[in-house]
Amino acid sequence: MCPDMPHPLLQVDQLAIAFRQDGAETRPVRSVSFTLRAGERAALVGESGCGKSLTALALTRLPPTDRARVSGRIRFDGADTLALRGAALQGLRRSGIAYVFQDPSASLNPVMRVSDQIAECLPHLRRAARPAAARELLARTGLPDPARAARAYPCELSGGQQQRAMLAMALAARPRLLVADEPTTALDVTTQRQVLDLIDELADAFGMAVLLITHNLGLVAGRIRRVSVMYAGEVVESGPTADVLAAPRHPYTRGLLGAVPSLDAPRGAALRDIPGTVPAPDAWPAGCAFAPRCDAAQPRCATLAPPEHEQDGRRCRCWLAQAPAPEGAAPASPPPPRRTLP
Amino acid sequence: MTAPALLTVEDLHVTYRPPGRPPVEAVRGVSFSLAAGASLGIVGESGCGKSSLARALVGLQPASAGTLRFEGRDPARLGPDAARAHRRAVQMVFQDAPGSLNPRLTVGQALAEALRVHRLAAPDQLADRTAALLARVGLPASVLDAYPRELSGGQCQRVSFARCLAVQPRLLLADEPVSALDVSVQARILNLVRALQAELGLAIILISHDLAVVRNVCDRVAVMREGVFVEQGLAEEVFDRPQHPYTRELLAAVPDVARELARRKDGKVTC
Ligand SMILES: Nc1ncnc2c1ncn2[C@@H]1O[C@H](COP(=O)(O)OP(=O)(O)OP(=O)(O)O)[C@@H](O)[C@H]1O
Ligand SMILES: Nc1ncnc2c1ncn2[C@@H]1O[C@H](COP(=O)(O)OP(=O)(O)O)[C@@H](O)[C@H]1O
Ligand code: SF4
Ligand SMILES: [Mg+2]
Ligand SMILES: [Mg+2]
Repeated sequence: MCPDMPHPLLQVDQLAIAFRQDGAETRPVRSVSFTLRAGERAALVGESGCGKSLTALALTRLPPTDRARVSGRIRFDGADTLALRGAALQGLRRSGIAYVFQDPSASLNPVMRVSDQIAECLPHLRRAARPAAARELLARTGLPDPARAARAYPCELSGGQQQRAMLAMALAARPRLLVADEPTTALDVTTQRQVLDLIDELADAFGMAVLLITHNLGLVAGRIRRVSVMYAGEVVESGPTADVLAAPRHPYTRGLLGAVPSLDAPRGAALRDIPGTVPAPDAWPAGCAFAPRCDAAQPRCATLAPPEHEQDGRRCRCWLAQAPAPEGAAPASPPPPRRTLP
Repeated sequence: MTAPALLTVEDLHVTYRPPGRPPVEAVRGVSFSLAAGASLGIVGESGCGKSSLARALVGLQPASAGTLRFEGRDPARLGPDAARAHRRAVQMVFQDAPGSLNPRLTVGQALAEALRVHRLAAPDQLADRTAALLARVGLPASVLDAYPRELSGGQCQRVSFARCLAVQPRLLLADEPVSALDVSVQARILNLVRALQAELGLAIILISHDLAVVRNVCDRVAVMREGVFVEQGLAEEVFDRPQHPYTRELLAAVPDVARELARRKDGKVTC
């Protein structure tokens, strides 16, 4: 279900996240913009180290972004979340934006029964009503024996079951947005599919938007409406999933797609891979950050950062996506000045 | 098959007997054979017994019943010299590459140790041999002095492959070697595995729950469920004409970009 809403639920504009380290500043996130409407499902994709998780954590300033310099604008449900402090920020974390992570042990307390942990997420209910509500939530996540799961300690559940318990906790406060950061990366395909189907189903039932963070483009292809591809702290391409994945415009998106093995490709077809790796944030190249790994790089790419180009509802940050400019002409919109880091 | 079998497994069982709890039958009668230089993929959901089978195949876990023959002989009944030769001939890489490398040895020391243990290089050749191994798996010689913790997951996985190759195995088992890696790194490791198989005539058993990974590397595939192979055969037959309902279920669960985009075109994706 993707209802048309006049106002976006979440609007992230030019988000940048900087840390001070040993006197120097690093900016693992430099320019991230995307919007998400109520009930919509969007995704952030990219290799590890591109800044996906930091972007997600910055939405509610969870650690380590609480001690970072976060700039740009984040509007959630009409409020400027970067200006929220104290109780208002707690409220946003409790009932506005909830998270599930790849590693359930990061969110589940190993020495507490699952039901007690969910009950803690139900402060709006009378104490006596919480255990039953916790069991009800667990049952909604499709656990085969919710009463047993409620009494269990996390280590007594399998990976897929822990992921469901975490989902029950995240849903307890009826959030408007669920951020799922690599929620199924550790699970096998069958369990992965069950957990993601469940997220879709509950998102529809609760009218909740979903921001899925993943490096699995197949997952995005099958269930996500809009995708933003991140590289080196920037969104380099974004648009409707079907358009972006069927006809990628950015060489990085093409590289990611080429690297994925296909069920239908005959054995022995060499996979195209992207040479090199994502550099660390303190070593991001000048110009286009992807240039050292890009098979289409031109001389200007190494010195001039490409501006974001918008066309047919899609955005792309690559010189190739620009209308071909006459030799030597200045680009239509000059690239924003790049701060050189110390 | 005309080629003589490198490995023959008949009705193999692996049963764990945890103290004070009922026994766990992880592998319940698996049979297959693998020709020299061939590649077999084993797929199946978590807990179906893939790793237990792999550990039994390399002798890390005793089989509780069944027969296993490598080049016609039962590895459990070899004399000491033959047993050492067998340990060389069959090598294994794991999903957790950093965890399977000795943290106190540099990459160069780990490779040299593998060569020394099996007396495969004279001391004055060690440096050349280790550098050549690294080059073979696509790592620069500068990695020789690095400790595992200083390397990325993909680099550690290459070092694991290099360490296996050091002893010139005839069978390489890889248990989820790319599951923890980014797609681009995964692509490079899979390309490496395919090249090693083709160039060195190495037989490969690749365990993965990602069917597309297996399709890319293996000529045969076995589908495992609850300790048994429910279906096995040529990869294109199993993938294109799956016979067992469980194989079809697994295939349907794979989020394949092209297939999902096609479903979208057919209006089967509503978002
Ligand atoms: N040492 C052990 N003692 C008791 N039971 C075990 C032991 N090792 C594995 N098992 C059980 O044996 C079964 C098969 O486990 P195995 O590790 O072979 O699965 P797998 O197919 O490799 O799964 P995954 O995809 O999660 O790696 C499981 O039920 C597991 O809990
Ligand atoms: N507290 C921090 N201080 C400085 N750099 C950090 C901090 N946390 C993460 N980073 C860096 O930010 C980059 C992006 O991290 P992350 O958002 O986790 O990437 P992704 O989720 O895309 O894998 C990484 O290079 C990481 O090392
Ligand atoms: S701007 Fe240049 S280097 Fe960057 S992605 Fe485009 S072509 Fe490649
Ligand atoms: Mg992350
Ligand atoms: Mg396993």
